[in-house]
Amino acid sequence: MALPQVKQDALAARIAGLSLDAKGWAANARATAAERLAAQGLPVRRDEYWRYTDPSSLTKPEVSGAAPDLAPSFAALDAVKVVFTDGVFDAGASDDLAAAGIELLSQADADIHWAQGLYGQLEARGQNPVERPLATLNTAYAREGLLIRVTGKAAKPVSVIYNQKSASSDVILHYLVKLEAGAELTLLESGTPGARFNTVLEVDVASGAKFHHIRTQGPDAERRGVTHIFAHIADNALFKSFTLTAGGRLTRNEAILEITGDDSVAHVAGTVMGDGKDFLQDDTIFITHASERCESRQVYRKVLKNGATGVFQGKILVKQGAQKTDGYQMSQSLLLDEDAQFLAKPELEIYADDVKCSHGSTSGAIDETALFYLQSRGVPKRRAQALLVLAFLAGVLEEIEDEAIAAEVQARLEDWLHGLTD
Amino acid sequence: MEKPVPVRRDAGLREDGVTEMNTHVAEDNIREGVDRETIETVQAMAGKYKYGWETEIPTEYAPKGLNEDIVRLISEKNGEPEWMLDWRLKAYHRWLEMKEPRWAMLNYPEIDYQDQYYYARPKSMAEKPKSLDEVDPKLLATYAKLGIPLKEQALLAGVEAPEGERKVAVDAVFDSVSVGTTFKEELKKAGVIFCSISEAVREYPELVKKYLGSVVPQSDNFFATLNSAVFSDGSFVYIPEGVRCPMELSTYFRINAENTGQFERTLIIADKGSYVSYLEGCTAPKRDTIQLHAAVVEIVILEDAEVKYSTVQNWFPGDDEGKGGIYNFVTKRADCRGDRAKVMWTQVETGSAITWKYPSCILRGNDSQGEFYSIAIANNFQQADTGTKMIHLGKNSKSRIVSKGISAGKAQNTYRGQVSVHPKATGSRNYTQCDSLLIGDQCGAHTVPYIEVRNNSSRCEHEATTSKVDEDQLFYCRSRGMDEEEAVALVVNGFCKEVLQALPMEFAMEAQSLVAISLEGSVG
Repeated sequence: MALPQVKQDALAARIAGLSLDAKGWAANARATAAERLAAQGLPVRRDEYWRYTDPSSLTKPEVSGAAPDLAPSFAALDAVKVVFTDGVFDAGASDDLAAAGIELLSQADADIHWAQGLYGQLEARGQNPVERPLATLNTAYAREGLLIRVTGKAAKPVSVIYNQKSASSDVILHYLVKLEAGAELTLLESGTPGARFNTVLEVDVASGAKFHHIRTQGPDAERRGVTHIFAHIADNALFKSFTLTAGGRLTRNEAILEITGDDSVAHVAGTVMGDGKDFLQDDTIFITHASERCESRQVYRKVLKNGATGVFQGKILVKQGAQKTDGYQMSQSLLLDEDAQFLAKPELEIYADDVKCSHGSTSGAIDETALFYLQSRGVPKRRAQALLVLAFLAGVLEEIEDEAIAAEVQARLEDWLHGLTD
Repeated sequence: MEKPVPVRRDAGLREDGVTEMNTHVAEDNIREGVDRETIETVQAMAGKYKYGWETEIPTEYAPKGLNEDIVRLISEKNGEPEWMLDWRLKAYHRWLEMKEPRWAMLNYPEIDYQDQYYYARPKSMAEKPKSLDEVDPKLLATYAKLGIPLKEQALLAGVEAPEGERKVAVDAVFDSVSVGTTFKEELKKAGVIFCSISEAVREYPELVKKYLGSVVPQSDNFFATLNSAVFSDGSFVYIPEGVRCPMELSTYFRINAENTGQFERTLIIADKGSYVSYLEGCTAPKRDTIQLHAAVVEIVILEDAEVKYSTVQNWFPGDDEGKGGIYNFVTKRADCRGDRAKVMWTQVETGSAITWKYPSCILRGNDSQGEFYSIAIANNFQQADTGTKMIHLGKNSKSRIVSKGISAGKAQNTYRGQVSVHPKATGSRNYTQCDSLLIGDQCGAHTVPYIEVRNNSSRCEHEATTSKVDEDQLFYCRSRGMDEEEAVALVVNGFCKEVLQALPMEFAMEAQSLVAISLEGSVG
């Protein structure tokens, strides 16, 4: 089928200012991605996969968004710091990457690199059955990012800190993490990468390896960004990703996980605080079970106010033969006023009979009886509301294993919540 | 007087002291507590698809294929006025520009719309019989064989109906025409109009003009538009203000002729404060070519009125290898126009090779209510993509969805549903539960819900589970002497209980046995 003109036009306009890096080990992967992109075009509102989120501000050529003034989220933690300012690596503010075994995408110029057969591969696998052109665009045009290969248990977490200075920075970053058998890594992300950003994180989790990902987004006013996680998970492995989002105009976080080994665990979770008519936050998840006895969980809670919109599109696909799968999916929202809205499409597609899969989705206002109870105990109404909202959101923090990090995220959550419930 | 008595399970008391249970029971095949009649009924049902026979009756067809002339011909055969023909032609021209939707999780070969007959009627129906007495006995026999009572006299005289049994008025549709409608006179006394839609177009043009296409517009979707152009017959119901319909109304659809599509159109209008319960059943002969069925059902419900619509869909599902069967593309929609209007859809979908069906509720009135109860069973190579839409527009509107999907063999079963709460529909409430049951490792069960909540005083809850038949329950049934198929049927009936309970009594019985039959051959 011919690509609709509007998609072609959107693509042509978007890539007019970008250039393909034709040198080095990743040149092939970039060129193939560019070809795939030409066949896909850019997403438009009419696409089923963008039913609830208008992608036009993510695809148009012009970018603008005032730089926020953010305090870093994980400053107190002992971690390897990697700082990107408007998408450019800031060596002065960062720790020694070489010592931590981390390479910059722009400087990894070895002829035969370990990442050569992997860069863009997981992203390409994640394009089926639904196309994700913004991720394809990232693979083709990303000039910067990190390449991390872990063999044992990493001594410290890697903490990526974003700074936005320019009101017109358009940031594309590509991360590739390879966890060898039995390895373990914690990756942290915080801050706003740019006025607009597009990040792709490819994670290859080998047998028995463990990957933890914790990120905070916001609380800023103008953020527009799309992020993709593509993970391939082997046997006896663990994958966990948690995101705390506050503020911003448009944030679409996609996670595409494929479990191919037996006895593995994959969790994605998030809490979202949205305020104002301009706020739209979208979690789009696709988890594929292709092996036996694996567990996956999707847990999302969103608090929405003043016309904010929360979107959840989650899918569990259990392939034939993926017996004893335990799939769980829960999306909940708390609507604080009449104008807030929650749009959800929680899907199951199951081709194996000995599985346990369930999903749930709820939305509604604060429980009046709980509010009344607290007030009857002398808690002022506002305080009571804030408590109930915190209790609702904090439940998801259990998904973070490391206690120090969980405490850090909880502190951020409480800080940011003040603005919403006061 | 000594008579040989059937050997029973308490045979352990026999003189020889033999206490085994199993050896001797077979001769008589009667178990304790099960009478012969039950066993015969069960045996009669054991023939897999029970309605696969064909009535040999001279049939007249319109030429194969679809074009403007066919539309004109159908209109002419029905003796329709000019406006109706124009309406059809408008739909036909619109249809030519439309594309067949392919978003459903259904995999079927291209349908050749020119390779179908769009009109077929028994020759004996050329002159419309004035009463059931004049109907071709062969047609009456067909319905008798299907278990559909068209002999109202006998029923009225109380010959066949025991005291207290509910009367059901039936409109029987055979291929493209309505054969007859029972109890018309009695209904008329109550002011209820129940007739074929072709008759309604002639006799009650004002009502038809006002409501036809007002719930499902001509250009609603590909299949509804096709139906608008070529629908040949169907049922029309009007319940006047404040009337509680004195009996249940029923339509029975039978496709008999080969290569014939059936396109029926049902229009139900429940005026203020009225009530009606409507049943629909359908079957078709076994054939190895596919047959098309694209129906439209429109229900208009005014203030304080209530409509219950129950379907047992048992079109021929195709054979064990997936050959033949009915392709069932149906648009059903109820519009709760007035405040406190209420609609309840209940469906048992066991037949059809392909099912594409989403009975929907537009909850326009304040405090209006929509309910959807569904059992969809797909076995062998059947594919079902079915569900509902609940569109909340009125304040404090309520909806409830209970869907039970069962997949066996190589079948695919999808629940696809939408709950949409508009900003003005404050205080609305939705509860959705969709459970899937998988029998065997070659089938699929899918859930695709859309939940759109656009205000905060409304509450929406959605739950879905997928599981296989519980081994413990099966084991228990087996340990009580049931064979595997009986045990599975019992467990599955338990799984569907909530929906079966929503069906009218007679339908519930039929549905229970259908559940068992549809799953035959799915275990072992």
